[in-house]
Amino acid sequence: MQDLGIRVLFEGKNLIRLLGGLWVTLRISLLSAAISIVLGILLGMVMNRKNPITRAITRVYLEFIRIMPQLVLLFLVYFGLTKAFGINLTGETAAVIVFSIWGTAEMGDLVRGALQSIPKHQYESGKAIGLTQLQIYCYIIIPQTIRRLLPLAINLITRMIKTTSLIVLIGVVEMVKVGQQIIEANRLTVPSASLWVYAFIFFLYFIVCYPISRLSACLEKRWKN
Amino acid sequence: MKNDEKILEIKHLKKKYDDTVILNDININIYKGEVVVVLGPSGCGKSTLLRCINGLETIQEGGIYLNGEKISNQDKKMHFVRQKIGMVFQSYDLFPHLTIVENILLGPIKAQGRDKKDATQEAEKLLERVGLLDKRNSYPRQLSGGQKQRVAIVRALCMHPQVMLFDEITAALDPEMVREVLDVMLELAKEGGTMVIVTHEMQFARAIADRIIFLDQSRIIEESTPQEFFENPKTSRAKQFLNVFDFEVVKHSDSNK
Repeated sequence: MQDLGIRVLFEGKNLIRLLGGLWVTLRISLLSAAISIVLGILLGMVMNRKNPITRAITRVYLEFIRIMPQLVLLFLVYFGLTKAFGINLTGETAAVIVFSIWGTAEMGDLVRGALQSIPKHQYESGKAIGLTQLQIYCYIIIPQTIRRLLPLAINLITRMIKTTSLIVLIGVVEMVKVGQQIIEANRLTVPSASLWVYAFIFFLYFIVCYPISRLSACLEKRWKN
Repeated sequence: MKNDEKILEIKHLKKKYDDTVILNDININIYKGEVVVVLGPSGCGKSTLLRCINGLETIQEGGIYLNGEKISNQDKKMHFVRQKIGMVFQSYDLFPHLTIVENILLGPIKAQGRDKKDATQEAEKLLERVGLLDKRNSYPRQLSGGQKQRVAIVRALCMHPQVMLFDEITAALDPEMVREVLDVMLELAKEGGTMVIVTHEMQFARAIADRIIFLDQSRIIEESTPQEFFENPKTSRAKQFLNVFDFEVVKHSDSNK
């Protein structure tokens, strides 16, 4: 009779450790997402300005971040900064920095798109009923922008949660790494552990990301017009 | 309907985009209760003229006066001016995230700071008049083009404007929806509203106008009563323009006998 690998999950502190790993994953991704959203909104507004200099700078920033694989960015910040300038960052800090830089670029582009998708007539109709510039933004432009933006921003959060699995490679012990440790520790006694552990990790990612992605789909449907 | 009180004066207006002159030396007086229809071939500057009056465009020379007060190129105060001049656009831009009644109330409450209850009552009365009271809590996407345009008119009316500007407001509508919108405007004219209308509906222009202004190549070419303009245009350019709307019959039912 073969040993059931699922047993591994409940042995010792394994379950708690996996959940602890999940917490590290969430902490890093949600913190980065929060920073990205705030900075991204500002970036998007800057990108919408007609000034050619700010346009060029933000364009280069966006393209650069988009083209670079996130893993390279992680190595660059974590190892590169230490080697070149002797700045010693913890893996978590490096991860938050990289994901914020990446998220800000993505979010900035989303904000720019959302702002541009508001037709010029909306501004003019607002003017025509005697609203001031500030009132036009508060009552007409921003509410419409948020509706277009929120589903996309929420999507960005799920993408961020998934991409944080890369930070194993700069030595942060998050969920996937904890899983690997458990598998390693049980390699000889329970060979089928890897299947169960990875399945459980999948399940944890799923229960975190699925509600978020549902929320985004719901909002999109409700605000469609 | 018309009396001698000047509401709007346009003096030597000149509008340029870079080097292209859109409007040149335009002089118009509009009196209280008067309905002025601006006609002209496309690209002659009709819409730009309305946009200048409402301050959506700056002007390069001359001035526009509302009740004797200069309103052209007044950046800072422009939103006060616009509260007195209503404008309805071709593309009936209701705000898609607000219900019909919220669309109408945004101006009166936020821009004019009026009491919500009074404004709501008035909005509902106006909606009833255009036959859309049952849509008060709908969203713009649930309405047809003609209905949206009627709401847009109500939205402008609810601000109690002294002058209403209509910029080709039926041009984007399906033919069968045009009538319901034009009827609303005819009724407004009957009640003595001061209106400046840009339109391509010639029959309608003839019916509603107290005065026709014919623009071509950025100038006023002809200015007369509708009867005179349509039956007896003074300039050859106007004749040519009106001919576009007449068609010769090409097929006779008895041609294949």
